[in-house]
Amino acid sequence: MAKFAKKKDGDLPAVSTASLPDIVFMLLFFFMTVTTMKDSSLLVENTLPNATEIKKLEKKDRVIYIYVGKPTREYQSVYGSEPKIQLNDKFASVDEVGSYILAERAKKPQELQNVLTTALKIDKDANMGLISDIKQELRQVNALKVNYTTYEGDAFNNLQ
Amino acid sequence: MADIAFLLLIFFLVTTTIETDAGLDRMLPPAEPPEDIDVVIKQKNIFTVNINRNGQLLVEESIMDIKDLREAAIAFLDNGGDGSCNYCKGRKDATSSDNPEKAIISLKNDRETKYSTYITVQNELVGAYNDLRNREAQRLYGSDFTDMEGKFLNPETPSAERDDLKPKVKKIQELFPQKLSEAETSNN
Repeated sequence: MAKFAKKKDGDLPAVSTASLPDIVFMLLFFFMTVTTMKDSSLLVENTLPNATEIKKLEKKDRVIYIYVGKPTREYQSVYGSEPKIQLNDKFASVDEVGSYILAERAKKPQELQNVLTTALKIDKDANMGLISDIKQELRQVNALKVNYTTYEGDAFNNLQ
Repeated sequence: MADIAFLLLIFFLVTTTIETDAGLDRMLPPAEPPEDIDVVIKQKNIFTVNINRNGQLLVEESIMDIKDLREAAIAFLDNGGDGSCNYCKGRKDATSSDNPEKAIISLKNDRETKYSTYITVQNELVGAYNDLRNREAQRLYGSDFTDMEGKFLNPETPSAERDDLKPKVKKIQELFPQKLSEAETSNN
């Protein structure tokens, strides 16, 4: 008359699933915290140079990005290996920079339009000729505040 | 289990920082100067830096290693040749700049100069200004200018503290105004 029948030997107890939601939430939170939103995928190689005297770019909504660098391997057959400009998700020529800046500026709220910074994310192997042309374009549209985005590190490492 | 999950959640919330970009802030000159005034600048007040396509530097008509650039720029800015600058600690050389107010650094580069070299030079020149400004900020307020400016520009700093920093930052900037001119690039 045993009330609790003894289990047979060798019978595995079922795995408890009570903690499953916790595990799932834990993973969810983990990925929520570590992911950063990516605005546009890079079509160019973008190894930035190092600098020490840097300032942080606060307030992402006030920044317009311009990427410059060699096209990545899969685009090299089409676009060649000379450094190119990338605006948003596509390659562009120098004379499109001005209109791009104006279009981006028009998208921002009125009160921010005068305080925008142009972040130049330029690959360290690019030549200054292209960059001077970009700077001329920026001057034409009165986007005078620029930030040469760099990594933090000893500037003399750039020379090697 | 839920406690552990929350513990981990809080841990990651606290430790992860959303990546912010950083770099060298520069202002470009306006496309057209406001008025055509013939400004006469004495040659001794201009510190010319030329970068050629191989990344070599020509500073004040002589070849210089990039590692010596910062010191040379500091010596030029801090010279105080006409004696009107009472905080300058330079050699008061009559053939170098009159005072920091008048001293201009002119940077010129070739179209084929590599961007990394250009950034290194920019970094050294901005560093020269920052070194001098830090020195003055230490003397006047007992803290580094770069820290003060960073705190002033950080939106998380309470506004009372920022209002306090504003005149100090401005004062230091006036002591050593950043006059870094960039000429159009040369083709040869």
